[in-house]
Parts: sequence; C-alpha cells; structure tokens
Amino acid sequence: MAGNGDIIELKDLHKSFKRQKVLDGLSLAVPQGKITVIIGRSGSGKSVLLKHIIGLIKPDSGQVLVGGQDITRMDDHDLNGLRRRFGMLFQDAALFDSMNVGDNVAFPIREHARLGGEQLRRLVAEKLALVGLSGVEEKMPNELSGGMRKRAGLARAIALEPEIMLYDEPTTGLDPLLTDAINRLIKETGQRLGITSVVISHDIAGAFAMADQIAMLYQGRIIASGPPEELKLSENPVVQQFIHGRAEGPIEVL
Amino acid sequence: MFLTRPLEALGRLVLRALEEAGEILLLLIQTCLWLLRPPLRLRLIFKQMEFVGVRSLNVTLLTGIFTGAVFALQSYHGFSLFGAESLVGSTVALALARELGPVLTSLMVTGRAGSAMAAELGTMRVTEQIDALYVMAVNPIQYLVAPRVVASILMLPVLTIIADYVGIVGGYVVGVHLLGINSGIFIAKIIEYVEFSDISMGLIKASFFGLIMSIVGCYKGFYTSGGAEGVGRATTESVVLASVLILGSDYFLTAIMF
Repeated sequence: MAGNGDIIELKDLHKSFKRQKVLDGLSLAVPQGKITVIIGRSGSGKSVLLKHIIGLIKPDSGQVLVGGQDITRMDDHDLNGLRRRFGMLFQDAALFDSMNVGDNVAFPIREHARLGGEQLRRLVAEKLALVGLSGVEEKMPNELSGGMRKRAGLARAIALEPEIMLYDEPTTGLDPLLTDAINRLIKETGQRLGITSVVISHDIAGAFAMADQIAMLYQGRIIASGPPEELKLSENPVVQQFIHGRAEGPIEVL
Repeated sequence: MFLTRPLEALGRLVLRALEEAGEILLLLIQTCLWLLRPPLRLRLIFKQMEFVGVRSLNVTLLTGIFTGAVFALQSYHGFSLFGAESLVGSTVALALARELGPVLTSLMVTGRAGSAMAAELGTMRVTEQIDALYVMAVNPIQYLVAPRVVASILMLPVLTIIADYVGIVGGYVVGVHLLGINSGIFIAKIIEYVEFSDISMGLIKASFFGLIMSIVGCYKGFYTSGGAEGVGRATTESVVLASVLILGSDYFLTAIMF
C-alpha cells in the first residue's frame, strides 16, 4: 500500500470520543509533493483525521508516520520541531483576533525565523500579495469577510514555507468564484513550492479538479482512494452515491 | 437499587471535584515548567499587568474607599457603646490590611479580569486559535497562561496596598469629618496597633489569590468546549470557583500566618 514516495502514512487508526467511534481502523498513505483530497460527509471525522496528522489529537491506537517517524510516540519537544514543517489552514482561518492581519502573518516568522524590521515587513507583504490581499496589514480580522479571512489564514500558514500543508475545508461557505480562486491557489502554491497538500473538502467539483489523489472517508475508514479518474469509475456504491450527490443509496442520509 | 442512587450521585460529584482539582494542579505545574524555558515573554507579561492591574484601578479605588467608610461607620456604633471611639481608626486599618483589602480586591478583580481570561481563552479554544498556536509550534500554556498567571501574582498585591490606603482614607473621612473623632488620635492609634507584618501578610495573601484567580480563569477557558454557550459557561464557572477558592483558602492562610 505505502510506496517510497509517501511522506505521511496513517496505519490502522482508531479513535473514539466518549462512546462514539470516529476513526475505526483508518489507513491512508499521502504521496510527497502531491495534492490529496479527503472527501466525506459532514461529521464523518475528516477534521479529526487531519488533526491526527499534526498531533493535535492522539489516536487510541494505530500509527501516524510523518517522514517515517511515528508522531504518536513523540514528546512535546520533538512534536514542536516536527510541526515547523507543517502549515495548516483552519476551517474559520483561526486568525488571532487580538492582532491585526499583518501581525497574524508575521506571527510564525517572528516566533521561529527571528526576522525583524523592514525584512519582516516585506516578507509579510509578499505573502499577502501571494493570496491576493495586498495592503490589508492594518485591518483587524473581524473587519475582513469570510473569504478574506481564509486567504489571510492561508498567507499565515505558508509564511514559513512549510513542506506539508493541511487544509480544513478551505472553500466551505465561500461563493463559487472565490471557491475556484482558493482551489487554484492551493494547486498553484502546491506546485510552485513543491508542497505536499492534504485537503478536506465537500466540494466534489473542486476536489476532482485539483487532486492528484482522492480518498473517501466513510464510517471511520478510507473506503476508496486513488487518482480522480479511477475514483470516478469506482464500483463502490457508497462512492458513487457521494460523488454524484444522491439522497438515495447505501448511505443513510437522514 | 434506589437506595444507592443518591450515594452514586454523591460519589460522582466528589470524583468530578477531585478530577478538576487535579487538572488545575497539572496546568499549574505545566505553567511553572514553561516559565523556566525560554523565551520569557516579557512583552506579554507587561500587557497582562496592564490589563489585570492598571485597568482594575477604578474598581479597586471604589471598593477600598466604600469598604473603609462603611467599616468606620459600623465600628463607631459598636465602640461608642463603651466609649472606645478612638479605636475606630486602628480597627478599620487592621481589618483592611489583614482581610478586607486582599479579599475584596481579589474578588473584584476576579469578576473583572478572571472572567475575561476565561472568556478570552475560551473563545480562542472554540475558534481553534489555541490549536493554531500548537500548529505554529508555539506552546499556548507558555504563550497564554504563563503571562496571565505571572501578571496576576505581581499585580494583586499592588492593587491591595492601594485598596488598603484608600480604605483608611475612607475610614478617616467618615470617622474624623462625619463622626467627629479626633484626627490625631485616629492616626496615632493606627500607628500604634498596625504592625508591618499585618500589611505584608495581607499582601502575600493577595499574591496567592492572584494565582488562584488566574489559574482558575485560564483553566476554565483553556478547556472550554461547546461553542458560544461553552464560553459563557466557562466564564461563569471560573468566577464562582475562583471566588469560593479565594474565600476558602483565606481561612487557611490566615490560620497559618497570624
């Protein structure tokens, strides 16, 4: 299952919250430098899966290998070191609302790169320009629209040029034009910087447009994964029902 | 079966209380450990000192002045029954320095700053800002909790000494100007009866209350769940728990110190 080019491997993950099983023997391999999109219903545990990859949640059992190292066994110090290789865009961007946008984007740089003054200012402007948000440094996060917040969050996430980017529903709640723009942005930043991307999405059209690999999460497991063309032809009725958005089928909708 | 049910409920309650005490203690230990590791975030500590200290000045002044005033009024009525009005000043000053100053100041600051800590950290938790700190390899206990705890431990004694002072002034105004106690005697008795240790012990208490207020506020906020409603619950619970702990620990601190 796991080839040599896989930077992240999830092996037989189990996780329950109280009595509810969220992950039930989940396994997935994420190839390096590619975009992997994870699709699945709301509440099927996609965000939980993403948080396992970066060690925000520890599994009840199973392994999370990043570059061959099992992060579930790491102590805080090693985990912190590893996290510097990651960038993550949260569902609602998770900008610090006590700081303006410029300081938000500068935050990881100030913490880890020890840059200051003019150099820092220029780097922040450059990152904001990359997401099409030039000149909003002085605005506070609550003065931005949802789409702008997401883009500002993206600028902050890529500020330290991570190897791996995690996106938690980057386009949910955005209009179709912005959805397309963000999808392109993910694809472009991925290709230009050679970043490995893991994207969680409900946006089937977007997923098929940008993914190198699509994986479907259902009942706590990855039930199908592969290149978009392959998944389109999948004979699994659950996959077919989901990607065609039908209410009737093996998945109980209501 | 139904006979054991109240016992079960009681047991659950005790277990939950013990669990919470353990979690708070654990957060405190982690906070201390993170304080030992660089970087020491002085800028954040100063910012919190401003928030906890400077911005609590008004409420501290008002609390102090009225407490001193009403205490002078009440004790005057008592002392005048056996002609000991001259002791009003020292009684007010002693009570303020040992008990009322530290306790009332801490309770007021808990309502203002402790609740704000729970609300702010709680909001950061439910909007994933705390997760974002972890992801950016910045420990939120070091970044958020430690500066608040340090600032509270430092600022509560400062506020208390101010409350002590304006409380005595309030007592003086009522005692000397309204009730006609001799000004010289009022002050002389304060100097005669109030020891330096009365004041310093009060300040040590205030520091301890600052620790309680901030660690409880941060704990409730840090482990918030359940959206806006959860933030509201965390805020209320932090004020109630911190106030009860301050009043409870006050008894034991007094018993140990004086």
